[in-house]
Formats: sequence, C-alpha cells, structure tokens
Amino acid sequence: MMVSTDPMHQFKIDRWFDFRIGDLDLSFTNSAFWMVVGVLVLIGFLAVATSKMKTVPTRMQSLAEIWYQFIAGIVKDVNHAPGKPFIPLVFTLFSFIFIANIVGMMPYWFTTTSHIAVTGFMAIFTIGLVVLVGIIKKGFGFLKIFVPSGVPFVLLLIVTPIEIISFLSRPISLGMRLFANMLGGHVALKVFAGFIPSLAVALGGVGMLMGGLLVMPLIVGVTALEFLVAFLQAYVFAMLTCVYLNDALGEAH
Amino acid sequence: MEGLNYVGAGLACLAMLGAAIGVGNIFAAYLDGAMRNPSAAPQQFGNLIFGFAVTEALGIFGFAIALILIFAV
Repeated sequence: MMVSTDPMHQFKIDRWFDFRIGDLDLSFTNSAFWMVVGVLVLIGFLAVATSKMKTVPTRMQSLAEIWYQFIAGIVKDVNHAPGKPFIPLVFTLFSFIFIANIVGMMPYWFTTTSHIAVTGFMAIFTIGLVVLVGIIKKGFGFLKIFVPSGVPFVLLLIVTPIEIISFLSRPISLGMRLFANMLGGHVALKVFAGFIPSLAVALGGVGMLMGGLLVMPLIVGVTALEFLVAFLQAYVFAMLTCVYLNDALGEAH
Repeated sequence: MEGLNYVGAGLACLAMLGAAIGVGNIFAAYLDGAMRNPSAAPQQFGNLIFGFAVTEALGIFGFAIALILIFAV
C-alpha cells in the first residue's frame, strides 16, 4: 500500500507546466489549477442561478440572492452608505475564499488558501486598498486614524505608536489567520486519519478495524468542524475588510 | 545546543493557551448576554466574530513563531 501518511504532503506545490521568464516563475501549478476550478464553479453557479431572473425566485436564484444579500448586509451594517461601492469587492473576496476553502475540503483536492502566498497577497491587497482609498478620500487627514480624538497629549505619545504597530500588523494577521486556520485544520484531519495506518502497522488487521471504528467518528466530527471553519474564515475575512475600510471611509474615531 | 529550536517551537505554542482563554471568554460573555436579552443577540453577532478574530490572531502569531523556529531557523 503506497499511501502517504505525511500530514504536510497534501500542501506540496507541483509545477504542471514549467514557464519562466528570467528569474520570474510563472509555472502553472496544481494550486493555480484548483484556483481556476474554484472560480469556474463560482462563475458557473452564479451564471446559472441568475440566467432567467424572475420576481418570484427559483431555488437557485434565491440561493444566489441570499448569498449576495448576506455580504451586502455586512457592508451596510459596518460601512453604512459610503461602503456601497465596495460591495462587489467584498463579495468577490468572500466568494473566492469560501469556494477555495470548500474546494479544499474535497478529498484529494488542493486547498489553495492553505498557502501564505495566496492569503498574504489578498491581505496586502486589502490593506493597500484601504490606504489608497483613505488617501484619495481624506488626503493627509487619513493619518488621523493614528491619533485618536479626545486623548490627552501625554497619552498620545504612547497611544500613537501602538496604533501604528496595530495598523502595520493588520496585513500580517489578516493573511496569517486564513492561512493558519486552513493549514492547521487540514493537518489535524490528516493526523487523525493517520492513526489508522499506524494502528494497522502496530496491531495488524484486527487492530486497524477496531481503531478505525474509533477514529472514524472523530474524523467525521473534525470534517464537519472544518466545513464550519471554511465558512467562518471567509466571513471573518470579509468582515475585517469592511472594518478596515471603515478607517478610510468613516469619520475619525 | 542542537535542536533547541524545537523546544522554542513547543514553548511558542503556549500562545494558544492565552488565545484559548480569550476566545472562551468572548463566547462565554456573548452567551451570557444573549441569555439575558435574546432579542438583542443577533445584532451583536458581527461584534462577536470581530472580537473572536482579533483575539485568535494572537494565538496565530504564536503558531507563526513556531513555524519559523521549525522551518526557517
């Protein structure tokens, strides 16, 4: 039996088509392939669901509507009216992360969001956009987010560096959170599943059967938890995007 | 002194202790409030998730340090 029980093996990146320009590596990898699959599933679903729009929605259409209204609701709750132009952006971010997480939950399919190159880029893009929008909307007034109003001058000497550090740690924590959750969850799944081959080696066929019966419910439970985490992390990313955008859009706090 | 980075990685996992206490506190406080005033609970769900995410980040920083100690040192 040639089954890999190394929990890190599932995150290996394979170059499917080697393609380089100088030092720039633009190879088509398995990660890129599953990203394409996720995006195609997403576009396909939304295209079918919204192809024949009716006033009284069909099941597919109402699913798409619930999906969109869920995100629009978050943006409206957090950013109010000025956040309206950013609903498509937050919807795209949420949908991409959610689909990528769900695709990763399928057996043998690749989890694109378990690589910090992917999540880190999305986080840097988000914070970069916040800075850009803030500078366009407020100019130098954007720097007021580091100087909370109503704080005595002596305290500002302490509070302002803390605010700056907290702002700088945002892209790190935003990207790291999604990456670490997906990585940790999938490693835990693999480690629990790896108990069965270990038992088979230690105790033989009967041991594998008995151990498998014990381990199986555990794996089912962890898998269910992972589906919850897949949704929750996409929701958290979308919500934090809105909260950070509020610094650029809302009034000074 | 070979292999002490693995000890450090194990110690960095203590960050999870703090994150566990923090996340537990957040959900406990949310449930406490929600049981007292169930009608106000749904509006605070967003705040719950925000507090959860920010607290959890600290545990993840510990995890990141553990990864750095194992793979990058």
